Amino acid sequence: MILARVIGEVVSTQKRPQFEGATLLLVQPETPAGAKQGTALLAIDSVGAGRGELVLVVLEGRAAQESLGKKLAPVDAAILGIVDEVDWHE
Amino acid sequence: MQLARVIGDVVATRKESAYDGVTLLVIQPVLPDGSDTGRPLVAVDAVGAGVGERVFFVRGKEASFPFHPKEVPADAGIVGIVDHWSVIEDRPR
Repeated sequence: MILARVIGEVVSTQKRPQFEGATLLLVQPETPAGAKQGTALLAIDSVGAGRGELVLVVLEGRAAQESLGKKLAPVDAAILGIVDEVDWHE
Repeated sequence: MQLARVIGDVVATRKESAYDGVTLLVIQPVLPDGSDTGRPLVAVDAVGAGVGERVFFVRGKEASFPFHPKEVPADAGIVGIVDHWSVIEDRPR
């Protein structure tokens, strides 16, 4: 899993049926220190994350499908939790 | 998943039989600010996208799921056409 910041949302009408009712958020991966890392990606949100929040994102198909609760959903990333705090040491 | 724009299509006459009837499109991944990122790639199309459209695509074996039970060998697939997206940039922290 990675830490990422919710930076936006995506609206799509024409999409695979497994995406119906799901929220698609744009997330920017971050280091624990809060620096941007890599390119932004789209993740399914099933925890109700909002803009600006730090979230826990899984980058694996099987896990993302389970989060969505739909079999054979063509997803590869999902938000699993909203992070309250990261306690880390270099 | 990632955002991309469709920049072309691929025509192949001699191909894997599982690709019969499947549309192959050339896509350019883009950043939330709309600029290109990384190399263009070929993706199977599961939503009827066309050249010039903004889409989102999935990487990995999940790209073949829309064609189930047919097993389409693919590592990238377009799974939605984007109407629009919105971004908040560099919030103060």
